[in-house]
Formats: sequence, structure tokens, C-alpha cells
Amino acid sequence: MFELSFIWAGIIAFAVLTYVILDGFDLGVGILFPFAKGEKERSTMMNSIAPIWDGNETWLVLGGGGLFAVFPLAYAVVMPALYMPITLMLLALIFRGVAFEYRWRTVRWKRVWDVAFFGGSLLAAFMQGIALGALVQGVEVANRAYAGGWWDWLSLFSILTGFAVVVGYALLGATWLILKTEGPLQEQMQRYAYWLAAGTLAFIGLVSVLTPFQDPVYFQRWFNLPGSVLSAIMPAALIAATFALYSGLKTKKDAQPFLAALSLFVLCFIGIGISFYPNIIPPSLTIVEAAAPDSSLLFALVGTVVLVPLILAYTAYAYWVFRGKVNPDEGYH
Amino acid sequence: MFENLSAEMLARVQFAFTISFHIIFPAFSIGLASYLAVLNALWLKTNDEIYLTLFNYWKKIFAVAFGMGVVSGIVMSYQFGTNWSVFADKTGPILGPLMAYEVLSAFFLEAGFLGIMLFGRERVGNGLHMFATAMVAFGTLMSATWILSVNSWMQTPAGYSINDIGQFVPEDWWLIVFNPSFPYRLVHMVLAAYLTTALVVGGVGALHILRNRKDASARRMFSMAMWMLVLVAPIQIFAGDLHGLNTLEHQPAKVMAMEGHFESHPDGAPLILFGMPNSKEQRVDYAIEIPKLSSLILKHDLNAPLAGLDTIPKADHPPVAIVFWSFRVMVGLGFAMLGLGIWSLWRRFRGTLYEGAWLQRAAIVMGPMGFVAVLAGWVTTEVGRQPFTVYGLLRTSDSLAPIAAPAVAASLTAFIIVYFFVFGAGTFYLLRMMNKPAGTAHLGLRDGPIRSAGITPVMQSNSDNQPKA
Repeated sequence: MFELSFIWAGIIAFAVLTYVILDGFDLGVGILFPFAKGEKERSTMMNSIAPIWDGNETWLVLGGGGLFAVFPLAYAVVMPALYMPITLMLLALIFRGVAFEYRWRTVRWKRVWDVAFFGGSLLAAFMQGIALGALVQGVEVANRAYAGGWWDWLSLFSILTGFAVVVGYALLGATWLILKTEGPLQEQMQRYAYWLAAGTLAFIGLVSVLTPFQDPVYFQRWFNLPGSVLSAIMPAALIAATFALYSGLKTKKDAQPFLAALSLFVLCFIGIGISFYPNIIPPSLTIVEAAAPDSSLLFALVGTVVLVPLILAYTAYAYWVFRGKVNPDEGYH
Repeated sequence: MFENLSAEMLARVQFAFTISFHIIFPAFSIGLASYLAVLNALWLKTNDEIYLTLFNYWKKIFAVAFGMGVVSGIVMSYQFGTNWSVFADKTGPILGPLMAYEVLSAFFLEAGFLGIMLFGRERVGNGLHMFATAMVAFGTLMSATWILSVNSWMQTPAGYSINDIGQFVPEDWWLIVFNPSFPYRLVHMVLAAYLTTALVVGGVGALHILRNRKDASARRMFSMAMWMLVLVAPIQIFAGDLHGLNTLEHQPAKVMAMEGHFESHPDGAPLILFGMPNSKEQRVDYAIEIPKLSSLILKHDLNAPLAGLDTIPKADHPPVAIVFWSFRVMVGLGFAMLGLGIWSLWRRFRGTLYEGAWLQRAAIVMGPMGFVAVLAGWVTTEVGRQPFTVYGLLRTSDSLAPIAAPAVAASLTAFIIVYFFVFGAGTFYLLRMMNKPAGTAHLGLRDGPIRSAGITPVMQSNSDNQPKA
């Protein structure tokens, strides 16, 4: 029988990637929030994601819940290892999540919730980046449990990946706003997008160069077959995506910059996947080891095969319903 | 502030704290989502503007409560791993897929259609908007179904075996999902959510009736809520009794703690109405009891023998006083709800439902009591199943993540500060919205000239009821 755990690794990877690109742009909008020129533009930015942020964040719950379901050991190791960054991320998500409703419910404290929206988005993004960096560096496992210290997750490298994710999400947010807005706000975001794209690419370069130093295994994966084939393709694909982003911004296209920025994220994600495989948690916990028994994998798979396409369909429908430029006067508050 | 507590106790307090805060919001939003679907359906069917006014009013309140439920719920889905990683590793093969199903079949459904329900009526038309509203309601019920199956399996595990590395592994999914306590717990909780919502809606309606007896929306919501109490409270008491009998069968120690039965009673056990459980001396001090009534309730026989906690090893005793009191709070409130319902029925038949003031005042006092009852009920069942996370099989002390006490103390402190700040503010906004009558155009914002740029007051007052691109 085909190895179910690999199918599941693919599904979890898909859920995490979907989370990263979807919540990535709405966290990015939060990061860019304080740069809005006035109240009307802040409302426009918020309204561009208000109907969809909740669905976007649900992919994070699927990532956590899915890991618990099919890779319980990985879940049991990663969560204690990343105790602090994850706790801080959750608290940050609370602040930004409630801001969507709260800011319309008060006059005096509107600024408080605006700051919560920005600060929560920024901190959540930063902590996700730190978690990524800490995973790349590797997690110590002994006797089916995390065996490292309480500050293992904090390093120069993980701080670097933290900033990388913040800048990358801001790029997604800026290109999303180019797609969804018009006038001065759109022009402002077009200007920002150049700089954010340059920053994102610089971070991608830096992290890529430093990653092999975190563990020599990464180096071997990239410079031996079959990895080396991808080592040749990946830079080319990155260059193509960068060019698409640049030309989209240059010719003031609405959708092209956003799609190009998304493809940058997808490529990076594939790169991380190549580095990790066949581990689910570097340096030593493999996909097969961490997997739940086949009966669990199969039971969950049946529902997933039916429900995920449905979810994608009605999520796409929800995006379709709220397509087009945001009308700042719309909303129900 | 937590120097003297062990890592285990801190992790338990953190879980109890975060889940208690969380359950408040679903308990409200499960009922409110169904109420909104009913209101919208009635509006479409009857074209009575009052239903639309009520829909738009409760919709905004729902959005705030739902948002709080979402963010406090994300915390829960990670906390099994962060603080209870051994539990997660051992039970993941069974509980994980059930929770994955909750995410896939409930959370996405709610989140996907919430936007359309809140913002999309003009964009998609009445028919699809009704569909979206129904999907949100259905999603909340699906969510309750899966998560109560998870909780019930921990209370009454079934359909599993234990593999060589100590994990619970599935043998029969049907037995796992429909484990012995699940149907009772599901019915009891969904009814509790409906009652909680009915009490809130009734309390808000009563408040506005007292202020303005001609307020048609207030009268309508008060009337609907009181009908709900009349119908659901008796069913809930019946369902709760069945749930108790089920618990007696599968978790007798919990029932002993609920009843305060330290000693066995070979020929008819008394019902202890009140008293001070004294775990040290293994007795209930100052007990006021009715002889043999407990045997009658639990065994339907005055002289049936009932075992007490003296038949159970002391290491397996739950904390008796907490369970004993929380159970009494829940039951007492349940009967108070029934009383309010009967009172309203009597007044309705006399044609004086909206007159006088005492019924309305009582409804306002009872407004938040559903939440208290829900929390008391959950405390009863969760503290009552201690010291186990998987009943009889996995001890709480063996479920813990390898996190040192200072780290847990730090996170617990952060959760307490953030939750009181964020959810305190949210509760304040909810109460302020409920304090305004249903027709208010811009709920929650100060009346007067302060408007966000570009929106004229005229457009605002129309923004709820009229199509606008």
C-alpha cells in the first residue's frame, strides 16, 4: 500500500502554505496599517480583508489540528520546543483578530485597537518567522519528547527569518492592496511594493545562503541528485517571478504583482520542503516516524479528500463575492 | 504570583482559564447563529420589518462574540501540544482526526460563509444570503458535535486499543465517535447554548421593554426568548437527568462527588441539598439532606444501595467540594430558568406579558445566568473526571508537557492579562450594543457628529436596510 504518511505530509504542507499566503497578505495589511494617510484609508485597508480574514486564519487551525491528527509526535515535539514564540503568536493573533470588530465599536479607543491591529499583525508575523528559523535550525528530540532548552528557538538566524517573514508579508499585503484599492492608497502601495520586494529578495538570498550552515545535511540535499535539479530550476523560477513582479508594478497592473509575490512565497516554501524532506522536524524526526497509525491516517483522509475541495470551492466563492475594488463606504458597521 | 505552584498545577490552571473564557463565546454563538437563521427566514417569509431589524441588530452582536470565540479557540487548538504534549502524542491518533474533522466540516464552513452573512446580502441576494446564514448556524452545530465527541471520548473512552509505545490507537471509529457519553453530552450542551442565548435575548428585550413599552422589536425578542425557555428548559432538565444517569454508569466517582456521598449507603442514599464537603475528614459538614431521595433519583428506587467514595482509592478521588458546589449552581440555575419560563407562560395567557415590571426585571437578572450555568456544568464534568485526562487510563499528571514551571507561569500571567483586557473590552462593547434599542443605526458608536470621513449620517442610517453597491 502506498505510504499514507507521505500523502499526509503533502496535505499538511498544503495547509500550511495556504495559511502562509492567505493570512500572509492579511497580516501584511496589518503591518502596513500605520502607514495609511488617514482614517478613510485605514477603513479601506481593513475592509479589504474584513470578510475573509477569519477563513484565512482557519488554515492555521487546520495546520495545528492536522498535525495533531496525523503527526501527533511531531505536534507533541514542536509545540513545547516553540512554546514561547507560539504563545506570543497566539496572543498577538488575539489582539489583531478582535480589532476587526472592536475598532468600529468605540470612538475613544479606536486608536487603541488600531495599534492592536498593527502590533498584533507584526508580532504574529515575526513569531511565525522565528518559528520557521528555529525549525530549520533543528529541534532536539529524545524519548518521544522535546529535549532542548527554553531559549533554543532564539538565535541570530531565527531573528533573521523573523524579519524576513515580516517584510515578505508586508510585500503580500502591499500587492493585495494594489489589487483591491485605487487612487492615492494604491499609488502609495505601488511605491512601497518596490522596496518591499527588494527587501524580500535580499532576505531570501541571505536565508538561503545561511541555511546550509545550520546543518550540513541541507547542503547535501541541494547539491546532490535529485535536489540539484531543483537547485538549478529554483533560482531561474525566482528570477522569473521577480521579473513578473517588477513588470507588473512598472506597468501598473492590478493583479500581476500580487500573483507574482504569491509565487515567490510558493517557491520559498518548496525550497523549505526540499530542505526538510524526509524529515518532518529537522534534524532527526522523519515523516514516517511521526505519523499516526494508518487507521487514523485513512479515517482522516477520507474526509479530507471530500471536504478540502469543497472548502476551496466555497472559499473561492467568498473571494468572488467580494471581488473588485473596495468601497470605503461599504461595510455593515 | 505563582511561585508555590507546580508546573502541572500551573498548566491545569492555564488550560482551565483559557477554556473557560473560550466556552463562553461558543455557548452564545451556537444559539445566536441558529436564532439569526430563524430571524432571517421569518423576515423572508413574512416580510415583517421587525424580523429584519432584529436580524441586523443581533448580527452585529454576533460578529463581535464570534470574533472573540475564534481567537480564543485558536489558542485551544495549540494548547494540547504546548502544555499537554504527552497527552497529544498518546491520544493524537484518536482525538486528532476528530478535531481535524471539526476544522474541515465546521470551522471552514463558519468562516467561509460568515463574511457573506455579515457583509454580503446586497451582493448575493436574499436566497444565497439565507443559505450562508444557515451554513454558519449549521457550522456552529457541527463544531459542537465534533468537539463534544472528543471530550466525551476522554470521559468514556471506547473503540480503542493501546499499542506498544503507549498510544491509544483506533479500532472502531463508530464506537469512538459515538462513545457512551457523547449523545447525552451533545444534547445537554446544545440545549444549554440555546438556553443561554434565549436568556440573553430575553434579558435585552426585557431591558428595552422597561424603557419603552411600545418598542415592537423589544417585545418580539422578549416573546421569542420566553417561548424558547418554556420549551427548552424542561427538555434540558430531562436531558440533564439522563446525562447524570449515564455518568453514574460510566464515571461513578464523579456522581459521588456531585452528590457529596463520601460514604456508601447500602439501603437508600440521602439527597444532600446543601452542606460543606470536607475531603480531609471524608464527610459533608452541616448537611441538609432528604433521606433516600438520591437513590430515588439515580436508581428510581428508595432503598437502592449507592456506593460512596469510600469504595474508590483515595488517589482517584476528584476534588469533591468544587464538583459538589458547581453541580448545585448549575441545577439551581436550571430550575430558575424553568421558573422564569413558567412565569412568562402564565403572564402570556393572561395577556400581560409586556406589562408590569417584575417579570422583565427577573429576565434581566437571568440574562447572564446561562453562562454561569454552562461554566458550572463544565466545571462539574471536567473537575469531576480528575485525576484523569483519559478516564481511568491516563492520569493528568502523566499527560504533561516537559515545560518548566517558570515558563508556564509566564505564559499563564500573559494569558490572564491579555484575556481580561481584550475580552473585558469586548464584553463591554457587547453590553453597550445591547444597551441600545434594536433600531439603532450605528450600534456602539457615540451618537453625535463624530463620523468617519466620507460617510454621511443619512447613508449611515440607511446602511443596514437598503441595498448599496
